[in-house]
Amino acid sequence: MTDKDKRKKPPIEGIVLTEEQRKRRRARSIAIALVLAALCVLFYAVTIVKLGPAVLVRPL
Amino acid sequence: MSDVASREYDIAEAEARPADVLSHASVSDFIALLKPRVMSLVIFTALVGIVRAPADVHPLIGFTALLCIAIGAGASGALNMWWDADIDAVMSRTRKRPIPAGRVTPGEALAFGLTLSVGSVLVLGLLVNELSAALLAFTIFFYAVIYTMWLKRWTPQNIVIGGAAGAFPPMVGWAAASGGIGLESVLLFLIIFFWTPPHFWALALYKSGDYQRAGVPMLPVVAGPSETRRQILLYTLILVPLAMSPWFLGMAGLGYGVVSGISGAIMLSLAVRVYRVREGAPAEAAARRLFAFSILYLFLLFAVLLVEALRAPAWLGL
Repeated sequence: MTDKDKRKKPPIEGIVLTEEQRKRRRARSIAIALVLAALCVLFYAVTIVKLGPAVLVRPL
Repeated sequence: MSDVASREYDIAEAEARPADVLSHASVSDFIALLKPRVMSLVIFTALVGIVRAPADVHPLIGFTALLCIAIGAGASGALNMWWDADIDAVMSRTRKRPIPAGRVTPGEALAFGLTLSVGSVLVLGLLVNELSAALLAFTIFFYAVIYTMWLKRWTPQNIVIGGAAGAFPPMVGWAAASGGIGLESVLLFLIIFFWTPPHFWALALYKSGDYQRAGVPMLPVVAGPSETRRQILLYTLILVPLAMSPWFLGMAGLGYGVVSGISGAIMLSLAVRVYRVREGAPAEAAARRLFAFSILYLFLLFAVLLVEALRAPAWLGL
């Protein structure tokens, strides 16, 4: 057996996710990523709104 | 075995079976934990609080406040479902919720609720103002701890006192927009506060079997349907003039006065019918009608306030 074959072999022990569980986990991960991205946009936009043109004015 | 002990036992049992601790939850199950229908009412009433406040709030700040209030309300809904999973499982109305249906574990719901509670309060405090964040934190605490963990299983006055949690959103919205608490925001609070008992007791009248099985001391279960009917009528008698008071006090226009007067008269007539018709299918129909109309009644009151505020600033008295 080559090294490549060994890597492909599924783990003998541990929990194996069903296809449905894998799909749901992926959907949850995507949802979390979208929420985090939306929070980044929100914080950025509110910062601009609160500081306005002064956002670039800072002591050197 | 106490509720907490029984939950600990269930978790220990689940952990003994590794395959079961894997999450089966879909994204929609987590959305269901937020109680989207309750959330929509919270968003609506909080929006009215924001637009009625005598302040010029930037639309993005207003949107952020609304988002945080909605997420905070959803978080307290998730905490409520975590704590009440045992009684949700025996009630027909709630047994398909994610935890009793086995799609979300209690631990996931608890973590989800706590994360969103802390997150919504922090973001509201950082991006909007501290007063609204403090009010939101108190609202979540009041709903999840005072109402869910304490009052709900202890006293038939559970939804009277607990109703305050549902009444806070317009006040939080007002505080988010203006940084203060005005008389009108207190009136909006009081309208929802006095609306809650007739609304929920009408439901409890025809779902009392459910509450009895679950051991929840709702008024019809503890004091009987007659006393419940009497109290529905009493609270409606307080609610109707209270709902008209923004017009009496010059805070709302004639349109609000007319709508609150007509819809209040219908609400009162339905409460009288619930009081008078006490037997069989007509009695249940009367309670169902009052429950359904009470939702429309609150919606109409706040919708007119919203329309008036968008047409002219409330503090101009137009």
